[in-house]
Amino acid sequence: MSTTQTSRGADRLRADDARTEAPPAAGLKAVGGVAGWLDDRTGAAKPIGYLMKKVFPDHWSFMLGEVAMYSMIICLISGTFLTFWFVPSAGQVVYDGSYLPLRGVTMSEAYQSTVNISFDIRGGLLIRQIHHWAALMFIVALSVHMLRVFFTGAFRKPREINWVIGCILSMLALVEGFAGYSLPDDLLSGTGLRAAEGFMRSVPVIGSYLSYFVFDGPFPGEAIIPRLYSVHVLLLPAILVGLFVAHIGLVFVHKHTQFPGPGKTNDNVVGFPVMPVYAAKAGGFFFIVFGVLALIAALVTINPIWAYGPYDPSPVTAGSQPDWYMGFADGALRLLPGWLEFNAFGFTFSFNVMIGAILLIPVMYGLMAAYPFLERWVTGDEREHHLLDRPRNNPTRTGLGMAGLTAYGVLMFAAGNDLMAIKLGLSINDITHILRAAFFVAPPIAFWVTKRICLSLQRRDRDLVLHGRETGRIVRTADGRFFEQHEPLDEYTRWLLVQHDKHEPLQLTAGTDEHGVVSPTARKDKVRAALSRFYFEDRIDPVTPAELAAAHHDGHALEAIEEAPHEESGSRPALESARREPPKRP
Amino acid sequence: MSDNGTPHGEVVGHDSDGYGATAVRLDQGHIEGTGGLPERFENPGLPPHVARMADHDEKAAKRAEKQVATLFGLSSLFTIVFVVAFFAIDRESTTFIPGIGRTSLYNVVIGVCMAIALLGVGVGAVHWAKTLMPDEESVEYRHTQRASDEDRQRVVSELTQGGEKAQLGRRPLIKYSLLGALALPPITLVVPLAAGLGPVPKDALSKTMWKKGDRLVRDPERTPIRADQVTIGSVFHVLPESIKDSEHVLEDKAKAAVLLMRLNPEDIKPQKERDWGHEGIVAYSKICTHVGCPVGLYEQQTHHLLCPCHQSTFDVTQDCKVIFGPAKRPLPQLKITVDSEGYLVADSPFREAVGPSFWERGHA
Repeated sequence: MSTTQTSRGADRLRADDARTEAPPAAGLKAVGGVAGWLDDRTGAAKPIGYLMKKVFPDHWSFMLGEVAMYSMIICLISGTFLTFWFVPSAGQVVYDGSYLPLRGVTMSEAYQSTVNISFDIRGGLLIRQIHHWAALMFIVALSVHMLRVFFTGAFRKPREINWVIGCILSMLALVEGFAGYSLPDDLLSGTGLRAAEGFMRSVPVIGSYLSYFVFDGPFPGEAIIPRLYSVHVLLLPAILVGLFVAHIGLVFVHKHTQFPGPGKTNDNVVGFPVMPVYAAKAGGFFFIVFGVLALIAALVTINPIWAYGPYDPSPVTAGSQPDWYMGFADGALRLLPGWLEFNAFGFTFSFNVMIGAILLIPVMYGLMAAYPFLERWVTGDEREHHLLDRPRNNPTRTGLGMAGLTAYGVLMFAAGNDLMAIKLGLSINDITHILRAAFFVAPPIAFWVTKRICLSLQRRDRDLVLHGRETGRIVRTADGRFFEQHEPLDEYTRWLLVQHDKHEPLQLTAGTDEHGVVSPTARKDKVRAALSRFYFEDRIDPVTPAELAAAHHDGHALEAIEEAPHEESGSRPALESARREPPKRP
Repeated sequence: MSDNGTPHGEVVGHDSDGYGATAVRLDQGHIEGTGGLPERFENPGLPPHVARMADHDEKAAKRAEKQVATLFGLSSLFTIVFVVAFFAIDRESTTFIPGIGRTSLYNVVIGVCMAIALLGVGVGAVHWAKTLMPDEESVEYRHTQRASDEDRQRVVSELTQGGEKAQLGRRPLIKYSLLGALALPPITLVVPLAAGLGPVPKDALSKTMWKKGDRLVRDPERTPIRADQVTIGSVFHVLPESIKDSEHVLEDKAKAAVLLMRLNPEDIKPQKERDWGHEGIVAYSKICTHVGCPVGLYEQQTHHLLCPCHQSTFDVTQDCKVIFGPAKRPLPQLKITVDSEGYLVADSPFREAVGPSFWERGHA
C-alpha cells in the first residue's frame, strides 16, 4: 500500500520549503574542527550552505550535459596519464620495441611512444582507449545536449550568452579532438594532416603562407607534432575548461530550466536539493560514465595505430575516414563539385576545398549561435523563459532544427560514400550525385514533415484534453445507440497539454504615418512580419476552459471540434487585411 | 422528406445549434472568455506525492540498504582484483570474446575490473539516492536576472564618478594615448609569433626534386626500373633516385611521389600523354590535386585512378583528367624516357605545381 498526501498548491509548497532545511547543529561537532578552521579563514559556510540547498530539476535529458562534462573530466585525467609517456616529436627513430611486426621500421618518436604506450606500458592501452572513447563520448554528449537545448527552447532569454558559450565549446571540442587524433603520427592521422595542409592552401591570398607558418615549412616537417601537442594539452584545454566553468557558472546563476508540468512555473524550480540527493546522483553518475567508458575501452579496440603503420606521404590508405565528428566536413569535401575551383586574374580560387574545409564549421556554428537572437527578433519576445517548450509546441523551430540536422546527416552520410558503395554494392558516383541533390532537397522536406508531425501531435493533445481517454467501455443508450465512454483527464495530466503559450504572428503596422511619410523601418518591419508569419501562421492553440466546457456541455460538439480549422484562427484575418494594404509610397 | 424535415427538406433543430449560453461554439474557431470561465487553465500545483516501498516498509528499506552496500562492496572487491590482475596476467596472452573477437586478455581483464570498480560506486550511489534519500520535491523561487534599478544606477554613477575622479574627461591627452597604449602592446607578441612560425614558401610549393635524368626508383625498395619490367596493367609506386641524398625525406616524398603505369599505347587518347611517356609507360604525380592525399587506387581494366580520401577519379587514358569527384585539375604528368642502360628516367622536372591548389599557383 502506498500512502499518498493530498495535492498541494504553490503556496503550500512555499511553506514546505522551509521544512526541508537540515536540523542545525547536527554533526556540527564532528566537522567543527576542520570546517570551523576553514570557515574562520574563508567564510565559506555561507556560499557552501547555499549551494548545498540548491534545487535541480529532474529529467533524463538533463544528464546529457552531465555526460559531456564528465567525459571531459575523464579526458583530462586519462590525458594527463598519457603525457607521462607520449613523446611529442617528429624525430625519426628505428623501432625496436615489443611489437614484432614493426621492428626495424623507421618512424617518428611520437608514433613510437604511442606504440610503446599500447604494448609496453602496463595499462597504457586501456588508458589510451579510455582517452579516445571519452573524447568521442564528449562530443557525442555535447552535441545531443545541444540538440536538447535547441529543441526545448532552453536558449531563450536569459540564456543566450550560455548558448553562445556552448557553441564555442562545441566548435573548440572538434578542433581539440582533431589535434589529439593527429598526434600519434600514424598513417591514418598523418593523411588527415596532409588533407588539413591542403585545406590551408585553399585560403585565398595567404593560403601557402598559412601552410608554411603552421608546418614551419614544407609538409610534414618536424614542427607540427610538438605544436599540435601544446595546442592539444595546454592551449585548448585551458580555453575549454575556462569556458566550461563559465557555462556551468551561468547555469547556477540562471538556475536550471525545467520541463512544464503540474506545480512547475516560470518562477520556480521544482526538484531535488544538491545535498544529499544530487550529490549522490550526480556524483554517482560520474562513476557510471567513467565505468561505462572503461568497459568500452576494455572490450572494443579504437584507433589501432600499430595496424596502420607510421606516417609516410606515399602509401595508400583505402577507406580513410576521420573520427565521427569530422565526418560532416569530410562529407562536404566529397560532395563539393570540382568546378568550384577556377582561375581568375591569374590566381587560383579553390572554393571546392575552401567551402567545406575552411568555411563550413565557422558558418555552421555562426548560424547556431545567431539563432536565439533571430528567434527573439521574430517573436518580439522579451520575457525570461525558464519553462522549456515541448518540441511539438513550437513546430517551426522544431522543423528548422530537423532541417539543419538533416543537412548535417546528409554530409555525414557523404563521408561514408565509399563504404556504402562497397557494403551495399552501389555505384559511388550514384551515391554522390544523390547525396548532392539530397543536401538541397532533404532539409525542406524534413522541415515540412516535422512541422506537420508537430501540428498533428498538438491536435492529438487537444483531442485528448477535449475528449478524454478512450476507456474501451461500450455503453448502449436507452434508444439503442452505442458509444464508447471517454474518461476526462485528471487535472495534472491535462495541465501538461494546455499550459503552453499561444503564439500569434506579429501584426504588420502600416509602413506610413498619417502624413504619408514612409517609416524608416518599413522594410525591416515587413521582413519581420513575414518571418513571424512563417513561424506562427500554422498553429494549434491550447484548449481553453471555455472550449472544454463546450465539449462537456454538448457531446455532439466533439465532431465540430474535429472539423474546426484551428490553424486559421487568431489574428490571421487582421494580418491578411494588413497584407492587402501595402504601405503607400509618397 | 426526412423524418424531422421541414417543407424545404432542411434539417433544423439539431443539437449543433443548441449551445448553451455559458459555452462557445467550437467550430467557429477560438473564442474566449464567455460564461465567466477563466481564459486559461490554472496550474494545479504538484500532484500528490506517492511514497516508495522503502518509505513505509522497513523490510524494503533494509533490502535497499543491502543492495547499496553490495554494490559498494563489489567496487572495493574489484579494485583488489584489478591490482592482482595488473601484476599477475601475462600481457602477451590473448583471449576470444564472442562478438568481439581475439583480443588482449590483459587489457580486457584490467579494463573490466576497473569498470566494475567504478560502476559499483556509481550505481550504488544512484540506487541509494533513488531508494532511501528523500524524494519529495523541493521548490526554489527564481528572480529575474536583471538587477534592481537602484543597483544599476549605482554602478553607472560609480563608473562615471570614477572616470571623473581620474579626470578622464578633462584630460583627452591621457584618454587617447591610453587607448593606443592598451591596443598596441599585444603586437609585440603577435609579430614574433607570426615571424617565427615558419619560413615564406617562395616557389617551394611549385617545385619537386625531380630533374632531368633522375632515375625512377621503386618505393620503398628504391631500385631502378627498366622499361621492359613494366608490363601492361602493372602499376609502380615511384620516387626519384635522388631521394637517397635527401635530407628531408618525408617532405620531398610528399611532393615527388609518382605512379608509373603501362597502358596499351592505342588506349592513350591525347598525343601529349603518349609523347611524355615511353611506349605506353606513363608517370603521373601521386599527390591528389584536391587536398593532397596519395592517389593510391588503380583500376587496371578502366585505367582509372581513385583517391581514397574524397574519391576524386582520374582517367589515365585521358591524361589523368578528373572524371568524377571534388578535384578540379588533372594529375600533372612527369615526362619520362629511358637512359642508355634501359632504365626509366625523368626527361624534365614537373612542368607545373603538384598537389593541392593554392592562390599563386598560376604564377609558378
